[in-house]
Amino acid sequence: MSIGVNVEYHLKNFQLSAEFNIPEPGITALFGPSGSGKTTLVNMIAGLVRPDRGHIQINDHVLFEHSRGINLPVRERRVGCVFQDNRLFPHKSVRENLFYGARRNPHKLPQDEQQSILDMLDIADLMDRRPNLLSGGEKQRVALGRALLSNPDVLLLDEPLSALDHARKQEILPYLEWLRDHRKIPILYVTHAIDEVARLTDHMVVIDQGKTLATGSVFDMLGRTDLAPLAGRFDAGTVLPARIVSRDPKAEVSFLECGEQRLVVPYLGRPNTDRVRLHVRARDVMIARTPPRDISANNIIPVTITKITDTPGDTIDVTMCFGQDADATLLAETSGRPKIHARITKWSGSRLKLQPHQKVFAVIKSVTVNGQLRDR
Amino acid sequence: MISLTPAEIEALLLSLRISGVAVACALPFAVAVATALALGRFPGRFILDAIVHLPLILPPVVMGYLLLIGFGTRAPLGAWLYETFDLRFVFSWTGAALASAIVSFPFQVRAIRLSLENVDHGLYQAAETLGAGAIDRFFSLTLPLALPGIIAGAITAFAASLGEFGAIITFVSNVPGETRTLPLAIYTAIQTPGGELAAARLAALSIGLAFTGLLLSELALHRIRKRAAS
Repeated sequence: MSIGVNVEYHLKNFQLSAEFNIPEPGITALFGPSGSGKTTLVNMIAGLVRPDRGHIQINDHVLFEHSRGINLPVRERRVGCVFQDNRLFPHKSVRENLFYGARRNPHKLPQDEQQSILDMLDIADLMDRRPNLLSGGEKQRVALGRALLSNPDVLLLDEPLSALDHARKQEILPYLEWLRDHRKIPILYVTHAIDEVARLTDHMVVIDQGKTLATGSVFDMLGRTDLAPLAGRFDAGTVLPARIVSRDPKAEVSFLECGEQRLVVPYLGRPNTDRVRLHVRARDVMIARTPPRDISANNIIPVTITKITDTPGDTIDVTMCFGQDADATLLAETSGRPKIHARITKWSGSRLKLQPHQKVFAVIKSVTVNGQLRDR
Repeated sequence: MISLTPAEIEALLLSLRISGVAVACALPFAVAVATALALGRFPGRFILDAIVHLPLILPPVVMGYLLLIGFGTRAPLGAWLYETFDLRFVFSWTGAALASAIVSFPFQVRAIRLSLENVDHGLYQAAETLGAGAIDRFFSLTLPLALPGIIAGAITAFAASLGEFGAIITFVSNVPGETRTLPLAIYTAIQTPGGELAAARLAALSIGLAFTGLLLSELALHRIRKRAAS
């Protein structure tokens, strides 16, 4: 499953020239500040905006090819859209909304798959209501269900959470995680919220002022401090895959394993999976030359510095790989050993005389654990 | 209760029938024209807009005169309709209905157009991504969402055509039982010596009708809003 986009578009004061390829399924973040052209790009894939030049392709299915004069009508593109403003049909019940696309699609989803989507979204009680009687979170769940039930080849989510408050966001996120883990459909997720990127997405396309700046796996991209000044609210950090190994409800902690490193995090309840994803912001990591004792931080990781980069302002970004063995830096490059980033002041850096290959300790002040953590 | 003479009852029923037929026959055209004006982008849109609104500002007598020229039995169009469909407008209640329909047409178009323009364009885009074609979108979204406007337009047009005088009397004259609607009956009563009381009765009746029409229109809108909210 792949999505290929290479388009140019010119509109008065706005120039868009984007190119990216998403080779795998999963969620891809289309990340950038407001006005960077994210929504325009998504509308081009959906067919709602026509590019001036270029091509758009999903698998072997060419949606747009300027040179060959191909421009498929929206309804033949098999894209499912969830818009920021839900766009539910106000005069139709939730049930009618949900099946609006399914009824018009000759390639229907099998009954049991339809049912599993409806079950997952928890909307059985809302079926006969009109959209105006739903909460913001419920509306987005119905909009998500409506798009999924139309059995699209790709799902385009245009800031589906941005109109919701924090509590409602937390209510929707698990549904998106379920989608990522249980449906084999590529998802393009437009957002300017880095925490949503870290929690949900596998790939990342960074866009600013109509240009794609970088594309890559979210594990690589989030560590790139060079994107910070360009992409607005980009907040450098590290996303690490981890596994839950044990829990201690009495002590209210859970133990994780990331590579060969043990980590302690606040108690995680009873998750559906033992696979979780950790998000550590670079500014939440301190560096110590000797292992600190009598300190409140629970996670102190022996690491080796691989790279030190200047960042704009008075800070530096220190990239470190797990472990202090002699060939740690080499292993980090070749075998994908986990890396972690710290943002510290230049003053701290020169005071500690930090340099590449130096063995130090990363003190993690706080870590966000993302995963399917619903009690069900 | 004021008692009406048989002739007055006849005028009342005739008025209701003519207005009813006028509105019902004009409705599909009004929806089509309003859709074209609200959603269409084509050359000559402004000219269509102007033509539709012309009856609002033209003197009704001129409207009647134009109809006479166009639909008289000796006019090409009128003659053709008469020979092919046996449809004769002059001196006939159908002619009164035609005149009423044209004069009240702008009221329908305006109300429908307004409600069409209020429909969020994003809904059409959403429907399109879900596989709905243009005609499908029109019947599944446009029409139901514009329903309040359509009903309000129909009722306003009905009330307006009940009061049409100039175009009717010019086009189809004042034939008792055929084209003498309420306003024409009032006019006739005023022209007749000793007809003041009859004129007053009929005028009161007209006021009552207009008032009922407005109430119904409000009630219909209220119902629709309540249904949309539940």
